[in-house]
Amino acid sequence: MTQYAFYFDNSRCTGCKTCELACKDYKDLDQNTAYRKVFDYEGGSWEDKGDGTYETTAFVYHVSMSCNHCDDPACTKVCPTAAMHKDPETGLVSVDADKCIGCGYCHMACPYNAPKVDRVLGHSVKCDGCAERVAAGKNPICVDSCPLRALDFGTVEEMSAKGERANIAPLPESSYTHPNLYIKPCDEARPAGSADGSVINVKEVM
Amino acid sequence: MPDMSLNRRTFIKASGALAALVAAGGGLAQTSNEFVAHAAEEAAEETIAWSQCNVNCGGNCIFQWHSKDGKIQYMETDNIGDADFQARACLRGRSMRKWINHPDRLLYPMKRVGKRGEGKFERISWDEAIQTIHDKLEHIYGTYGPESVFINYATGMYSTTGRNPSKRLLGLLGGFVNQGADYSTHMLQVVMPYMFGSDKKKGSVFSPYDNVNASSFSEAEAHSDLVVLFGNSPAETRMGGANATWDFARVREAVTGRGGKIVNIDYRLNETSSGHVNEWLPIRTGTDAALASALVHEFIVDGKTDEAFLREYTVGWDEDTMPESAKGKNLSYKAYIMGEGEDKTEKTPEWAAQITQIPADKIRELARDLENAQAPFVAQGWGSQRHTNGEQTTRAFCMIPIALGKIGLPGTNTGQREAEPPTYLVSQLPFKNPIKTTLPVYEFVNAIDHGHEMTATNAGITGADKLGSDIKCLWNYAGNCLTNQHGDINYTHDILADESKCEFILVWDTVMTDSAKYADILLPDAMRSEQLNMQTQGYSEYYTGVTVGGPAQQAPGECRSSYDVCADIADSFGLKDAFTEGRTQEEWIQYLYEQGMAKDKDMPSWEQIKAQGVYKRKCEPAIGLKDFRDDPKGKPLGTPSGKIEIYSETLANLNDTWELEKDEKIFALPEFDPGFQGYGSVTDEYPLYCSGFHHKSRTHSSFGFIEELQQAARQQVWINPADATPRHIENGDMCSVKSPAGEIRIEARVTNRIIPGTIGIPQGAWHDADMNGDKVDHGGCINTLTTYKPTPLAKGNGPSDSIIAQIAKA
Repeated sequence: MTQYAFYFDNSRCTGCKTCELACKDYKDLDQNTAYRKVFDYEGGSWEDKGDGTYETTAFVYHVSMSCNHCDDPACTKVCPTAAMHKDPETGLVSVDADKCIGCGYCHMACPYNAPKVDRVLGHSVKCDGCAERVAAGKNPICVDSCPLRALDFGTVEEMSAKGERANIAPLPESSYTHPNLYIKPCDEARPAGSADGSVINVKEVM
Repeated sequence: MPDMSLNRRTFIKASGALAALVAAGGGLAQTSNEFVAHAAEEAAEETIAWSQCNVNCGGNCIFQWHSKDGKIQYMETDNIGDADFQARACLRGRSMRKWINHPDRLLYPMKRVGKRGEGKFERISWDEAIQTIHDKLEHIYGTYGPESVFINYATGMYSTTGRNPSKRLLGLLGGFVNQGADYSTHMLQVVMPYMFGSDKKKGSVFSPYDNVNASSFSEAEAHSDLVVLFGNSPAETRMGGANATWDFARVREAVTGRGGKIVNIDYRLNETSSGHVNEWLPIRTGTDAALASALVHEFIVDGKTDEAFLREYTVGWDEDTMPESAKGKNLSYKAYIMGEGEDKTEKTPEWAAQITQIPADKIRELARDLENAQAPFVAQGWGSQRHTNGEQTTRAFCMIPIALGKIGLPGTNTGQREAEPPTYLVSQLPFKNPIKTTLPVYEFVNAIDHGHEMTATNAGITGADKLGSDIKCLWNYAGNCLTNQHGDINYTHDILADESKCEFILVWDTVMTDSAKYADILLPDAMRSEQLNMQTQGYSEYYTGVTVGGPAQQAPGECRSSYDVCADIADSFGLKDAFTEGRTQEEWIQYLYEQGMAKDKDMPSWEQIKAQGVYKRKCEPAIGLKDFRDDPKGKPLGTPSGKIEIYSETLANLNDTWELEKDEKIFALPEFDPGFQGYGSVTDEYPLYCSGFHHKSRTHSSFGFIEELQQAARQQVWINPADATPRHIENGDMCSVKSPAGEIRIEARVTNRIIPGTIGIPQGAWHDADMNGDKVDHGGCINTLTTYKPTPLAKGNGPSDSIIAQIAKA
């Protein structure tokens, strides 16, 4: 088996969301569904110096994330029909729409909020790593879209050589599901579980 | 992640597992695999069509459309060759299929049946549309002459045959009033020539759009050790994969990699410094010139100014370099900085701290960094000059490298925005305009209202002493600058709605913009991906190239290319042959390509480019004003003195001779001036400063109706918790923002990424108000809040980022 993985250069990401929109175009998703999302994580405060001037500890960084095709996926464990499954050849996690009953357990279980139930289709939907593109020797559509060259995709051996396993806020600690997402953190990156900041663009990543 | 757990709870509450099971019943009948369309075995049926994004971010990023059965399926972008040299489309470009296939596309010619601005139209035939346009033009040219016809500022379409068919047609019919300057760099491009040259016969001339007056980011990447940005956020303005955002990522990595530093001065922690927040120096909007003055003060006090350079290359630095007319009056820049000038105020860091909100020690720290840098690269964006004091601010930035003698040298910049590419391989459809009269674009509303009173000295008319007529015909192709992108929508509405003033408004677009609602005749345009399209690389990317291709699918309804329509209008005047010269649009594109080939031996043949779609090559780094630096006598600037005119005698004379309002002044020096609705102008009623910014979800107003973009990047006013908390405004609350000019509704983004006392609104959102009712704009368009007041010299759109406002929960 070849386990595939994503790489994300957090120091380069400008939060532009090209990855998200490229995916929406390719997968023909509307405004209510995104397989890749960009979280704006920010915090800090301001100090009024009392003389009309200010200093700040404000910070912000972005995390672009799709499904992380985990080693130990929470979604497949809770799926009552085995519709949510991990491909034995590639390690990519996807939904078998014929088997899926749309119960939403995967959505509730995933700590990354990756799967969701499309009420119209009646089944779970999520990033499948552009499996058909990968099979044709291409990258997932999001990876080749990034204007900052902040995304990459390849075997877990290749990607883990470029970054650390995803352990920055607002993501959960990687020990839960062992995500196949490797990150080069920016200088401001807070560790997973940090309470320094919060996701401010909640309505954009629902 | 707190938001995710909330999301999960919401799901359970809303549906529950049982409800989901029920819903699944319908789902099973749906297509079982949504990805079948892209399956490898079907790939052979797909066709590829190359095209481009042609909106006005300057990107011209490359589209690779995958079509099947005549219908676009999805987009890949430039994936040719070196991954670091690909013109990858940004999020907006990637949503272009949604635009092309949008249900709101205009499909038929229409005539207005309601009041102007109401948006009520009735379908007509192309024959009736062309006859009406013919009759209106015949009447207006016959009654008022060509100086009553204006092609309004419109930048929605940068393509070889995009904007110029209109100009070619109206040129043949007698001409039209020319556009002076533009909404991007109005203040900058009018004032800078006084400092850096305007006379080609004498020497180098200024342009904001070249690599002569500014250095490229690639030069900073190669040689700079300190990059200082003022109001310049390529990550939000120039977002494509071959645009400045990518160039800047490499600048950062190179400069910091060799121990250098980046400083990003803005009222917002903009996306360029996301993840690099130590770069951010927050400043009150509209006060950059105060900071620049204090920096120069420190250079003087620290003995770090390059006096030999200033003597040889500049006019007006100190008493010794003043022109005769201004000697002995303490009018030099140094006198201004050191408190010996008219205001008797020394421009110390403490003075600037009050104005800019930046602590004095931070100003001193930046001054030290600049003094110690071997190759400081100072680059302003265009937002800072888009203020009522823009004519001063834009020049003040240049004083930083000038005072240090750090221009024209490796790794430095002139204070201008990063350079634009030197070469454009193919030119636009040619046109000739017999009229020389030129109107500052932002003045078009005044020109409709009282154009006959407008002169060179009261309205900045050039090419003639006066305008000579009111504007009676507005011709608007692919632009939303009648209202949305112009300013003071409520006032502008009143002028446009009066049909006795402007008698005929033609609008040409793909969807119903706010400007389109003012059309008398509204024409449906074909998208460029629905035609053969050709264009060079854009201006916000530093390479050279050309893209040829399409159509990727056919245009819907009765949409036509504007070239064909203009040819029909020309035909109605018996001028078809003069318009077409016997060529179709496709033949013109080939002709213009081959003209480009004749000048550039490396371009592929027409047959080759048709097959490969894209041709690109890299540009050499450029150092702004290098020739002048190397040889100031042999290669002078095109200023009266041949030098950099810090003090401009010409501007001083304009201040004495132009008709100015009481609160207006044309400054000979790049002094700090608060400006109209600038620093110090807030009141109890409007206690906050308000500024616009470019937002990722739109290029100006282009793409503003795409639901996927609206959701991915919401239209929100940025407000600091220090301003939000006392008003009980929480993140996500719907708010009312009021200015002296109008009121909008907009969602709040309560964030530490903006300085206290200033709110920031993404410009370009689509105006949405009942203009016969309360005029409250539910679309959150910033130009509902801007006041119409052209700037003193440029007569430009300075108020677009100079606003005073109040905000409350709606």
